[in-house]
Amino acid sequence: MQEANIMTNENDKFQFPKTPTGIEGLDEITEGGFPKGRPTLICGGAGCGKTLLSMQFLIKGITEYNEPGVFMSFEEPSNDLSLNVKSLGFDLEKLKADKKLVVDYVRVERSEIEEAGEYDLDGLFIRLAHAIDTVKATRVVLDTIESLFSGLDNQAILRAELRRLFHWLKEKGVTAVITGERGEATLTRQGLEEYVSDCVIVLDHRVIEQVSTRRLRIVKYRGSTHGTNEYPFLIDEDGISVLPITSLRLDNEVSSDIVSTGVPGLDSMFASGGFYRGSNILISGTAGTAKTTIAAYFAEEQCRKGERTVFFAFEESPQQLVRNMKSIGMDLDKYIQSGLLQIHSSRPSLNGLELHLLKLRKMIKDFKPTTVIIDPISNLISVGSEQEVRSMLVRLIDMLKFNNITALFTSLNKQNENSRPDLAEESVSSLVDTWVTVRDMEGVGERNRGLFIVKSRGMGHSNQVREFVITAKGIELLDIEMGPNGILTGTARKTNQLNKEVTEVTLQNELERKDREIARKRKLLEANIEALKNEFESVEEELSILKATEALQAKVSLNNKEIR
Amino acid sequence: MENGQNSTAESGRHEFLLFVSGMSVKSGHAIENLRKICDTYLPGNFEIQIIDISRDREQAVNYQIVGIPTLIKTAPNTPRIIMGDLSDTEKVLRILDL
Repeated sequence: MQEANIMTNENDKFQFPKTPTGIEGLDEITEGGFPKGRPTLICGGAGCGKTLLSMQFLIKGITEYNEPGVFMSFEEPSNDLSLNVKSLGFDLEKLKADKKLVVDYVRVERSEIEEAGEYDLDGLFIRLAHAIDTVKATRVVLDTIESLFSGLDNQAILRAELRRLFHWLKEKGVTAVITGERGEATLTRQGLEEYVSDCVIVLDHRVIEQVSTRRLRIVKYRGSTHGTNEYPFLIDEDGISVLPITSLRLDNEVSSDIVSTGVPGLDSMFASGGFYRGSNILISGTAGTAKTTIAAYFAEEQCRKGERTVFFAFEESPQQLVRNMKSIGMDLDKYIQSGLLQIHSSRPSLNGLELHLLKLRKMIKDFKPTTVIIDPISNLISVGSEQEVRSMLVRLIDMLKFNNITALFTSLNKQNENSRPDLAEESVSSLVDTWVTVRDMEGVGERNRGLFIVKSRGMGHSNQVREFVITAKGIELLDIEMGPNGILTGTARKTNQLNKEVTEVTLQNELERKDREIARKRKLLEANIEALKNEFESVEEELSILKATEALQAKVSLNNKEIR
Repeated sequence: MENGQNSTAESGRHEFLLFVSGMSVKSGHAIENLRKICDTYLPGNFEIQIIDISRDREQAVNYQIVGIPTLIKTAPNTPRIIMGDLSDTEKVLRILDL
């Protein structure tokens, strides 16, 4: 893709004319398709998909580019061919009836044909010309032309005639695909086709550690640059698709949207309240630390928001996952029914790494999810060698980022603490944006689950180890319980809580007692005050009586004086 | 090939289909050589049908013609197919069982 961009940037430059193959991915690595009007050789061993690739080239040419084609088969009769590709959804009979396709089966039986004297392959040329003219074909496939060599004796004539055939095809201006069996030392048995073809593609079918992977490589392409690597390809119910994964670059758009983790309480551990959209999250932990549950929580949360989600379960079947999540009160079935959630289960060893990647890519293309969950990614890692795994993970993550998909991976750690981080973590951890670890905290005869954030690119996050419990209502992140020796979990947490409660109650009682005492004292005081007041009042009264008496006496004596 | 086993088999009459392509040198040779052989070994007891596939292209498909020239002996007995300009007379005779 990089080169393709350069080409378009300098648009005034000559662009080699190409015929798009219509095969997913192949046009990208060939930068536009096969050389237009020239022969292309596709070679490889038995059963590596040569016939299918060439057939798909023809059919896509008809259906997508309206370029009629001719398929000249030297190996399979026309009917067999129709039947073989029917399972891949290609209806040859219809195309034939529509006058878009001619299939000509050329039968050369050694036992039936004798040779006496000079001959040429004009018969073949004329048949081909006839077929081309019938449908005005611009695409031609010859599959597998070298069968002629096993059917006929005179190799010298054949070689000369094949050479002439290639030139003839070029003159005709048709884009031809010739298939060939792989030879011992050469790309083809005769060692001829690769020299006269303008483009040579080798297909390969390899088995490494009991896992087979199909690969494709462009050996030569006259007059054009092309991807040189080996690219894995997949044959599935839609035919062939090639994955040009290494062409991706690190210039994807970034989003600052926040998506919730779905786990109550976990959001608050992140300064922004969740994960960034389009970021990669790793949940690592040992066995039984509720990684899958956290992943399912995330999936459910996304579904609730109406986001399309794909859940790859490499350990459980979809039904099992749904059932298990039901036990903690989560209804995933609802979202499966509504089409928001897809759960895909397969054994990781079913396919090679690349094929898993290809499948994922296809799914992204078809389903267009915004969230992808892979549970666990460490199982994929068991499939390949370290180097393969690493490159695949880089591709995987790049691919997800490229599509702005929020991805959550879980990773199973080995139980031993010393050799941390193990391969899975090591390969993934530098690639992911957010890394949450769940772990066992063992002590005093019990096992508790703790969760902490190892890293979170581009946002502040809590440094605490939070204990969480899983109940019938789901995950619950507990508040921090501080003890004299740090954070407490499990029974210690409970004991501490109980102790605290007892102390609190005692304190309360003490307080109440004091209150009551004060009240009593106040009452006493008030009573005293009342008594004193009374006393004072009586004294005051006495005094006033005394005063009154005195005043009376004075008045009396004054009166007496006046009378005298 | 379709009319491979027909009634003329008993009479021993030889029937040939010779596929040629236009005026090519090899085609010319093949016609010449076939006539020579028939005149010598099957005087009056043969029938040759020459088919020019450059004009009648359907026939090339119908008879599964790859090489040119090709001779198909349709009768008598089992059909035989010979590819080449028939210059190797001895081989041709052996194949045709003459």
